[in-house]
Formats: sequence, C-alpha cells, structure tokens
Amino acid sequence: MNILTNPKRLRGFERHIKVDNVSRRSILKGLGLAGGFVLAAPVMSRPGFAAYQTGADKMPHGTVVDPRVFVSIASDGTVTIVAHRAEMGTGVRTSLPMIVAEEMEADWSRVRVQQAPGDEAKFGNQDTDGSRSTRHYLMPMRQIGASARTMLETAAAKRWGVPATEVKAVNHEVIHSASGRRIGFGELAADAAKQSVPSVEGLKLKDPKDFRYLGKGQIGIVDLRDITVGTARYGADVRLPGMKYAVIARPPVTGGKVASFDGAEAMKVSGVEKVMEVKGWPWPSKFQPLGGVAVIARNTGAAIKGRNALKIVWDDGPNSKYESVAYRAQLEGAARKPGLVVRKEGDVEAALKGADKVIVGEYYVPHHAHVSMEPPVAVADVKGDRAEIWAPVQSAGGTREDVAKTLGIPQENVTVNVTLLGGGFGRKSKCDFALEAALLSKELGAPVNVQWTREDDVRNGFLHTVSVERIEAGLDKSGRVTAWRHRSVAPSIASTFAAGAVHQAPFELGMGLVDMPFEIANVQCENPEAAARTRIGWFRSVSNIPRAFAVQSMVGELAHATNRDQKTMLLELIGSPRIVKLDSVKDLWNYGEPYDSYPIDTARLRKVVELVADKGGWGRSVPKGHGLGIAAHRSFVSYIATIVEVAFDNGKLTVPRVDTAIDCGAYVNPERIQAQMEGAVIMGLSFAKHGEITFKDGKVQQGNFDDFPVLRIDESPAVTNVYIVPPGPDTPPSGVGEPGVPPVAPALINAIFAATGKRIRALPIGKQLEA
Amino acid sequence: MIKVKINSQEHSWDGDPDLPLLWFLRDEAGLTGTKYGCGQALCGACTVIVDKQAVRACITSVSDVVGREVTTIEGLHPTGDHAVQKAWRQLNVPQCGFCQTGQIMQAAALLMENPKPTHDQIREAMAGNICRCGTYQRIENAVHLASTGV
Repeated sequence: MNILTNPKRLRGFERHIKVDNVSRRSILKGLGLAGGFVLAAPVMSRPGFAAYQTGADKMPHGTVVDPRVFVSIASDGTVTIVAHRAEMGTGVRTSLPMIVAEEMEADWSRVRVQQAPGDEAKFGNQDTDGSRSTRHYLMPMRQIGASARTMLETAAAKRWGVPATEVKAVNHEVIHSASGRRIGFGELAADAAKQSVPSVEGLKLKDPKDFRYLGKGQIGIVDLRDITVGTARYGADVRLPGMKYAVIARPPVTGGKVASFDGAEAMKVSGVEKVMEVKGWPWPSKFQPLGGVAVIARNTGAAIKGRNALKIVWDDGPNSKYESVAYRAQLEGAARKPGLVVRKEGDVEAALKGADKVIVGEYYVPHHAHVSMEPPVAVADVKGDRAEIWAPVQSAGGTREDVAKTLGIPQENVTVNVTLLGGGFGRKSKCDFALEAALLSKELGAPVNVQWTREDDVRNGFLHTVSVERIEAGLDKSGRVTAWRHRSVAPSIASTFAAGAVHQAPFELGMGLVDMPFEIANVQCENPEAAARTRIGWFRSVSNIPRAFAVQSMVGELAHATNRDQKTMLLELIGSPRIVKLDSVKDLWNYGEPYDSYPIDTARLRKVVELVADKGGWGRSVPKGHGLGIAAHRSFVSYIATIVEVAFDNGKLTVPRVDTAIDCGAYVNPERIQAQMEGAVIMGLSFAKHGEITFKDGKVQQGNFDDFPVLRIDESPAVTNVYIVPPGPDTPPSGVGEPGVPPVAPALINAIFAATGKRIRALPIGKQLEA
Repeated sequence: MIKVKINSQEHSWDGDPDLPLLWFLRDEAGLTGTKYGCGQALCGACTVIVDKQAVRACITSVSDVVGREVTTIEGLHPTGDHAVQKAWRQLNVPQCGFCQTGQIMQAAALLMENPKPTHDQIREAMAGNICRCGTYQRIENAVHLASTGV
C-alpha cells in the first residue's frame, strides 16, 4: 500500500508547484444557513450496499481498486489519500478521499489529500465529467479503504500473535480489546505495507450505522483555508524559473486561419519579447488548438497590450456566413417537418389527427458560454522529448494522451499536473489550452503560461448547442394526453469530432428526448438534421437544458389548457409508478449506466415532486404579482424537482424563493450536494434570464460580462431550500454536479406564467417581459 | 522607477507605468491570490483594497497606487483569520473558490465602511462580484455572520 515511512510519490508535482495539499481538517460547526437541507431519515440504513453494477468499468481504463496506489501512511501517522479526479467546485477532492478515510478508520484530522497527475493506467479513469465521480467511485473507494484497514489489522494481529478476527481498527489505531492493547497507524505503517493486498471479494465493508463521515456533511472542503487566504493554486498561479507569459489572437471565425500579420507595433510594447504564428488544426478540430498569433511577454498585461497592437488579416474559411437569426429560422423550419425517428410507440400521427385538441409549443434555447470565473489557462515546460504541464483540466489522462500525440512524444514522457479548476462546467473537458501551451513552450524552449482573456473564452470556446424543440401534444375530450410528438433540432457535439455529423448522438438523444418518462400511449421523438457552424461542446447538464425547458414548459401549457394545477398535470403525465420501458429506442444511452441498476423509475420521479411540493409549500397562497412554477426532470440518473416563486415589483422580476428536491441515491457528502443544488439554481436562473451567444458574419458578437451577463447576487433568490431524499437501502449513487440545473428554467418560466399569464418560449427572457 | 507599497512592503517597478496593478501583483510581485476574471472591472475577481476602498486591480494601473496603501488577500490578516475569512470557512462558502478572494476583499471593505450592513446593503455592495458556481446565498450569510457574529 505504499505505506511508506517517507512518502515521496508524485514528487515532480510537489517540486514545482509547492502545492500545500495538506487538508486543513476543518470540521464545520453551526452551519447556520437560511436554506438548510433536510434529511428525513438516516442514510444507508442497511449494512453495506447490495451489489450494483455501474458503467465505471466501461470508461477508458476503468477503475483501479488498489490501496497501494491511493493510500500511504507516514511513520508519524499522517495518512495521504490520492484524489484522482479534478476539483472544479463539486467537492470531489474532499468527498472521494473521505470515503477511503471512512472505511479505513482514518481520523480525518490526520489525512492529507494529494492530487494525482494524469495517469489512467495507474489510477483508472480520471475524466471528471458527466456527474460520474461519486457514482462510479463510491464502491471502489470503500474497497480501497477496507483493504487498507485489513492490512493494518493483519499487521497488528501478527505483531501481537493473535487472530486477525480479534483486532479492530478504530479511529487511526488498531485495538485488541481482549488484552487492552492498541497501536497507532503510524507505528504499523511499515509492517502493513508488507501484507498482501486482500481480494476485493473477501473484504468486509463497514456497517453504515458506524459511519463517522459518510452521509453526515460535517466536513469542510479540503481547500477551504487555502481558498480563503489566497494560497489555493489554480492554473495561472504556477510559477517556474524563466517562465514567459503569452496570449494568443485566435481566428474569429471557426475554421478560419491567419492570412498574414504584422507584429511590428506589438513588439514596441514595453515588456513584449516575441510575436509568432502558432499552429492550428483544420475544422472540425476536436480538442486541437485553433492556431493564431501569439504574443510572448514578461507579464500577462504586456502580452495583452501587445496583442491589441497586432495587425492580422484572417482567412475566415467556410463558416463566415454563420448568422444567428437566419440559423434559428432554419432550425424552426426543420422542426416543422418530419425528421429521423428515434423513438416510436403507438401511432402518433393518427392520435394527433383524432385528438380533441392539439397543443403545440416551439421552444428555443440559444448558444451559451461556460464563462467559468477562471478562463482557460495552462503552463507548459517542454524540453526535448519531455513535457510537463500544469493546467486546470477536467481530464488529466486525456490531456496527457493529447499532449503526447500533439508533440509526437511517448505518453510516459508527459506529466500532467492538475491544479484546482476555477470552475469547469464542461469547458475544461477540452484540453486545447494545454496543447497550445505545450506547442508554444516547445517553440520557445522555455516554460510558458498561456492565458485566455475573457473575450477569448467567450469568442473561441466550445459553446452549448443552439436548439429548437417542438412538441405537439394531443388531448382527448377528458383532457388526457394521448399523443406526444417531440422534434429536437440542434447541431451535435459530434460535429466537433467529425465532419458532416448532422444528427445528434445517442448520448444527446438520451438527455431528455428519447428518455421522456410520461405515460402516454402514442409517442414519437424525431431528430431532424442540423449542421454545426461553430465548435459545440458539453455545457453543464448538456442537452437536458433545452429538453427539460421544452418538456416541462409544455406540462405547464397543458395544465393551463385543461385548467388544472401544474403539479397535478405533471403527476398525471408521469403516470403510474413503474420502470419505463424504451424498447423502440435503438442505442439507448442511460448516462453510460446499465439500465438494470439505473432504470427510469417513475416512483422516484413522483417522490421528488411530492417532496418538493410538500416542503416547498406548493399551492400556498402568494401575494398579488407573485407566481409559483414547478418542474421535474431525471438526468445523470438522478431525479430532481424544483419550485420557483417569482414576484413582479413594478414590472421587475425577482425570485423570492426556490425549493429543490433531489434523489441521488446513496450519497457521501450531503453538505456539498446542498451546495451543488444551490449553485445549479443560480446557473439555471442565469441562462433563463440572461446570456445569449449570437453570431454575425461567423463571429461571436459578445465578449465579456457586459454583453454576456450572468446572474449576480442582487438577482439571486432570497432563499434556496434543498431537500435530499434518503436513499432506499439498495439505491446506488447517482449524479449531483449537473442534474440540479435542467428543471430551474422551466420552473421559472411556469412561475412567470402563473404570475403574469405570459408564456416565454425562447431563452433567455431578456427583454421579453418588458411591455 | 516607481515605488508602490503592497501589504506594507515596498516594491519597485521600472516597466510600463500603465501596467494594470493586477498583472503587477500576479506576474511581477508573485501575489497570485488576486485573480483575473474579466479585465474590465465587470466581475470583481481582482478586488484589492487601496487605502480603505475596494478597487478592481484590472483597471487600476501601477502608477495609480503610488503613495497609497495596497492590501491584497495575502495581507488582509496576518494569520488569515479576518472575521470575513473566518465566516467564509464557517459556512463552507466556496465551491471552485476562484472568485472568493475577490469576494472576501469586497466584503472586508464593506465592513470597514459599514460594520452592520443589512441584507439589502450586502447584496448591493457585493453585486459587482460574480460567482459562476452560484455561492451567493452563502456569501450573503457569511458577510452577515462576519458583521454580527451570528
């Protein structure tokens, strides 16, 4: 178990970056939050979990269950646990090591957390994306901790000459209660390292009633102190001897390139040292750099000033006609005609023809940019055939592979050190900025920091797609929905990887289109074609954003059309408690999880609706000018329902209160789940109210937070309440980072309708409520 | 040659006097706790205190702070235990944490000027600081906690 008396692993990382990775062991006291979380019953009430399958082993490099890789113990008793996933704000750097500490009976105050470099052969899959970390690693981390505990117990039993069954690890020591002997983990470290690693099958996991940390939520995040005193290290905070600072002018149109440039004026700027063209890849370029002109300077400020003085003539390439108004009309046109059928039950055409009433809703969600507070940035030091990278990347292993390929050197020669991520939201799943730094360092023969400005981030990113969702619902005379046709038209993320991808990929169709859970006899989902004109990428909760907006808005429209309460309508559509069967869907994508472990269970969806309605006071009388809206959505195999209250004060929209309920199965750190739900509400309100990326002449028309606003504190809800459904005994863990987002916008839109009678069908709301 | 005082220490600078203070702090003085988020005073990630006022270091030049006292997150409190920092830790405010040094400096400046702000005053004073993770509820409560002890 690499229980070494002097752990020296990951030395390169420590040498350069001097990360003070020691967890500060903060135990939270008095979480006096206005919007608390509610746990209605004890967590994980039965010993262990029933065995459940996840998709973890189908991910590249799968999982590694080996305490020697993840745990080391120093002779002073300090336990070092490796965090192999990236921390972008979800709390994973705290939660995963906490699981190991729990099972091995380590005292959290004596645990250090060490960030793993990119090495998937060693650590297993590191792609921190898709709300997967806890759901894929709860069990492996428990097993790693239990292995370490078993090795410590075996070492103690041997030392004392007693059967291993008579000793027990308790809070950082091993105890033999018959004789009253006890020995600390530090003293046992060397002996424990010599024990063989027990087989996973034979491991005895802790009884959850003995959990000290799991499911409790009393642990502060490991970087809490460093963040509050300014010593936490993000991508741009790495300092190497002789390091240069660079910014790059990239083609303003996707697929464009430099025709010619003049750097003479830039070179006159004080502090600028060099101007050079950098290599780009032809579109679609996957995660490869766009190319452009780099300005290298002694500090970032000089590099930016130098870049402003560049004169560049661009060859705009094939996307120079991309224009958002025309493109929207094109998507709407496509949505009004039949498209590729991706789900079919019954005869929707006949059912719509025979319906008493047909309600049609056409919903539009524009491009959106991630704008994580830390724009993309990376530091690279390339010397000969070796490269070392420091970067805030979501996928350390993928970055290592791509750097090796891009530089043409063996992967073993590439070290990718993962700093903290100043927000990720899917943007930092793409390592283009690290590749830029690597290429530039190679050219310069010096370490270099490549900083993206905010304008670069907004104009040269991988945008959330743009989509039209058209739903036709047929009602019979009694007001029952008998037909449902949903056409979804949006350029696919697949277009970033392959030319000519005009249909959405199974993983996009599976996010709220073909997995629609309503109990309706005649259902047809279609996907007409759409060709991308810019780089499309994952944005937190991805295609669930337009789908939940459309489907849950339509629920509100149907409630209005049939004069029913929104929640009543929603529950009627969800229908009976059952496991949804989707036999007509080819290549059903269930967030990468086996359907047996993670089926669409409408009982769980109903339960979050009932819980949020109960705790959130659905149906309460609200003052004049206020309105309540509700929405529910399953994504990332979790179930969420949200109620938004809006108020109009002299025509100005405010949000006095939001209530949200999540069922994410078995969970580790409810305090961070609460934090993720609070944040999801802000992000959902943000893109519902503001923020639209538009194109003209192929160029993004926005650049910074003035023309691409995001929600600020003075618009945030006065209170957000979060309710967590206690898991059933056999409920496997499911996603948390993303699924809170999708229901927020439709709940808001339904609330606005309740307050004003005005139905918003296009995001963002922007000026649509102004008379 | 310009001389500026940051966290009670003198620094000299013989480069471009118009260099934004942000980049001087980060790239020349090695004080990386102050963050770049927008470069146009739109997000507040680079907030520092000059004399007793919160300012955005990204639109303040080095020459602007000659003869004035600049405090960054590194100098806010000798042991990192300013009431605002402590409140932030008590409520586990940060998610990714990137904007939080700017948030803390803005909050510290607010409490210097108004030791007992109302919730509305907190929201108004903090509205220039963006948090994309959405920690606003905790920020508001932490500023309140720092000012009242509850």
